[in-house]
Parts: sequence; structure tokens; C-alpha cells
Amino acid sequence: MTAPLVEIRNLRVVRGGQPILRIDALTIGKSAVLAVVGPNGAGKSSLLLALARLLPLERGEIFFNGNPPASESDLAYRRKVALVLQDPLLFDTSVFDNVAAGLRFRGFGKHEIRSRVEKWLARLGIAELKHRRATELSGGEAQRVSLARALALEPELLLLDEPFSALDPPTRKRLLDDLSALLAETQITTVLVTHDLDEALFLGDGVAVILAGELRQQGTPEAVFTAPSDLDVAAFVGVETVLPGRVVAAQNGQISVDVGAQRIEAVGHAQFNQQVYACLRPEDITLWKQADLPSSSARNLLRGRVKQILPGGPLVRVVLDCGFILVALVTRSSAQAMRLEPGAVITATFKASAVHIIPRSDETFRISKNP
Amino acid sequence: MPKARLTGQSPVSLALGFPIMIIDAEVFQITILSLKISALATCISLVIGLPLGTVLALGKFPGRSFFLSIVNTGMGLPPVVVGLIVAMLLWRSGPLGDLKLIYTPAAIIIAQTVISAPVVTGLTAAALQALDPRLRLQLYGLGASRLQMIGTLWREARLPLLAALMAGFGSVISEVGASMMVGGNIRYQTRVLTTAIVLETGKGNFDIAIALGVLLLTITFLVNWALTWIQQRGVRR
Repeated sequence: MTAPLVEIRNLRVVRGGQPILRIDALTIGKSAVLAVVGPNGAGKSSLLLALARLLPLERGEIFFNGNPPASESDLAYRRKVALVLQDPLLFDTSVFDNVAAGLRFRGFGKHEIRSRVEKWLARLGIAELKHRRATELSGGEAQRVSLARALALEPELLLLDEPFSALDPPTRKRLLDDLSALLAETQITTVLVTHDLDEALFLGDGVAVILAGELRQQGTPEAVFTAPSDLDVAAFVGVETVLPGRVVAAQNGQISVDVGAQRIEAVGHAQFNQQVYACLRPEDITLWKQADLPSSSARNLLRGRVKQILPGGPLVRVVLDCGFILVALVTRSSAQAMRLEPGAVITATFKASAVHIIPRSDETFRISKNP
Repeated sequence: MPKARLTGQSPVSLALGFPIMIIDAEVFQITILSLKISALATCISLVIGLPLGTVLALGKFPGRSFFLSIVNTGMGLPPVVVGLIVAMLLWRSGPLGDLKLIYTPAAIIIAQTVISAPVVTGLTAAALQALDPRLRLQLYGLGASRLQMIGTLWREARLPLLAALMAGFGSVISEVGASMMVGGNIRYQTRVLTTAIVLETGKGNFDIAIALGVLLLTITFLVNWALTWIQQRGVRR
């Protein structure tokens, strides 16, 4: 890995006497796209504003290119970054003048401004809007102008605060595709704040989870989504079944967990008699009618009764009662083929490797009481 | 001043008398003086009010809302009270008496500035506070310096800022009490349109008073028309 562009150490942000953000350590590699995820009000935007030096820090330092923050003025620093907010916040002037604004702040010459503005308008597919009044644009066009305004600065660090959340799905999808290509091509280091996990997975090559003002996990998307560091992260990234249990056998990386009514086989490391949580993602669970049950390699095979069926788009969420509540996700067509209905008896299977084990501390136990 | 009498004159001859008045040298002098005094007072108010209103709108300091409420009270300051205070200050025996400004155009300019500066300040603050507060973050996030940020906010608020300017001008061109008290309505020196109207009405010369009133309205309209035209060029429809 190359040297990091941004290194955060012991960051604390306090507002109105209340701590709102705490990050002990966070690094952003050069050319990386870090997706910062978390629910609304978790402190994600505060992180972004802190990175833009627009928020006073109670404590801690943000190193840029290895340099401590005191090495340059806020203005000099800000001219290396560019910020895009959820609302485009365009100025009441032409599209051209909007995109030129940051370049003019930096004192660029006329020709340089013209060529950069035209280049980035074209890159974002909005060259024909050049002379339009910015306040007359549609939401998608306006957000493209806002992105062009930031990208025209060719910043070392691009900060995006939920830039797609106000757009309708098709517009959002097109813009995401275009931005993804632009970021891959320009290699601009980017921090994307979002509450949308699909967006984070799509654009980010790293994911940081912020919950209740605290950085809880940073890693590759796979690591965060398949091996959440604690219960709260698990709940946020969509692990729906979380079962408290006790390890009754542990050998060679294979463990058995007693979850009360059933026993679950898992892959991982734990000590005998240890209290753990067994976490399952609904898409890792397969449902079978008794007659169709194959001689599967799945180590876990649980019989249960369908409690509830919740349709949601092309997928159907099936809530099973197997002595505990198990949530599975199946396609609508297979739900119809199996004639799933409440009360039906069904078998759920999942691989031992699909079970994610989180050690249970007193603290996490407290959190789990209100799932 | 043309010596016309209201008695025995038809509305038609009154109307005919109006164009004659404009080319009358004394009326012309009064009109130009009124415009000069009020325009200068408005300009000084702008120089004071634009930065002050900006500080009050964007600044973070203790007592900010207290200062804002003082300014807002000042927007409704009765001109006669301003006239009284300025007259007391500039009176020969007063603290600023040595400047010998009482009964001069400068005294009227001072009084009118006191009247219009709070109007411009208060409306500037209101105009800037009506902008999205995140616009400031966005501007800083694009690398604007403090002055560049403020300049862009002024440009974004140009419509209400021009309205502030018009309100400031309107508050002084139409004001009579303070001009009378500190200017003294001295012929060829401190007589302005409003004080001339008071004088002619007092003398019973209603025709002249009416004509001067029409002239005042026309001038106010023309100035506001020009400012509105500048303002509305940038209005989105």
C-alpha cells in the first residue's frame, strides 16, 4: 500500500458540550475511495466537515500527506480539497460561472478556467448546459454541475456528503456509474459519506462504519459486511439473525454453538464455554420443502415453521420460527414455487462458513437486549 | 417661486402649471439639492450598513441578537427624534457646535444617514440570513477566502440588497421633520422638496405644494424604477 494521504489520530469533536465524533485512528490511502457509512445523525457529516477543516476539533490531528495540520493555513489546505454536499447549493448564475467559481477563488487565468470548465462539463455529460441558469436545472443536472464544480478543481481530496440521496433511482444510478468511472480514471482520493450501503459497496474500496459518533470499524467492504466487529455494526450492515449462545465444542477452527433450542455449526475461533453471538445474513440461508431436501454439504439444517412473509421488491423476506427467529431472503418466484405461506413447515440450511461469530462481552450483551 | 394662487384656478391650469414649475430655476435647485442630499445619505448608509449588516448576520459574538434588535428598532426611528438629537449635537452651544454645521446641507445629510443606516443595516442582515447557511460551508469547501465568501453571498443576495438600498433611499427622500429641524429650510441653502411643501402649504399655496408633491413622487418613482430595473434583470421566472 502506498503512503496514506490522510491520517486521523485521536480525533474528538464536541458540539454544545456534547461529544459528537470520536475517531482514534483512521487512514485513507492515496487514490482510495473510502465510503463512510452509518445511520442519520451518527456523525458522518461531522467527519467530512472536520476533513474540510470546517469544524473546530476538541482534540486530535489530521495529517495530510504526512504533514501535521499546523504546517499550512486553513485556506491553503482547503484549496487542496473540494466539497460536495447533499444539496447542490449552486449559485444563482450560469452553469459555466458555477463550475468556474472555485477556480476563480484560486486565481486561475481566464484560459485555464475556460478549458477546465469545458473539460469537466463534458466529462459529466452536461456540456450543453453551459449557458443555462443554474437555478433552472433538474435535480440530477444540478448535482452533476455541483460535482463538475468540485472536480474542476482537480483536488487532492474529494469530499462527498450524500450527493445522491436526493435523486430518483434511475438518475442516481446513471450518476453513480459515471462518477465511479471518473474516480477510477482520475485516481482522486475520495471520501463518500452515505447511509446507503449499496452505494458504499458500489463506489468504496474501503468502508468505515460510524455509529453514535464513534468509528466502529474500518476495512474492506467484504470484511465489514461479512465480519462485522460488533453487534451494532452487524445490525447496521444487515445481519438480521443474531443468536446469543454458548460454545459447546471447539476444535480445529470448527465450533458448535448451543443457541437454546438448536445447535449451530460454525467456522471460527472461540473457547469452550465462551458466550458468543452467532450472526447470519438472510441471503446466506436456503429454504427447502422437506421432499426436495438434497444431501447437501450445508452443515446446518434446521426445521421450522413459517411465521411471516414480507414481500419487498423482487425478494421476499421469510421469517421462520425454529425455536428462535431466523430471517431468510428468497426470490419471489421460488417463494411461489415452494408455496410458502404462514404455518408451512420448512427446512432452512446454511453453511458453517456463513455463520459469523462475535464474542459476547458484558457491553455487547447490554446492547443485545433490545434487538 | 412662481406666485400662483389656488383660488380661481381650474384643475386644467393647475396641470398646465406643473411643467412650468420644473423649468423654474428655484424649483430645479431645490430638486437637485434634495436628490444630492438623499443620495449621499443613502450612499453613506450603504457604506456603513452593508458591512455592519454582514457582521450582524454572519458573525458569532456575544450580544449579536441584542445589536440586531437595536438595529431593528432603529429602522423605525421617528425622523423628528433624530432631528432633535442631531440638532442638539450640532447646536452652536452643543458638543459639536464648533463644527458650525447646524442649518447646512451637511447637517441634513448627517440626520438622514442616521435615519437610513439602520434600514440598510437591518435589511442587509435579513437578506444574508435568508440565504441557506450551508452555502457558507459550500463556499469554504470550494476554497473561498473569507472575503470571497462574503462577496459571493452579497451577489447571491443581490435582489434583497437592492431592496434594502431602495428602502434606505425611500426613508430619507420622503422625510421632512429632521431636515426641517437641522437644515432650517433656508432658501437656496437647505430648502429641500419636503420642507418646501411644508412651507407652501403653510402659506396656503396649495397649487405649488401639490406640484412639488407630484415632483417628489415622480423623482422617487424614477429612482426606484432605475433600481428595480437593475434588480429585476437578474430575476428568475
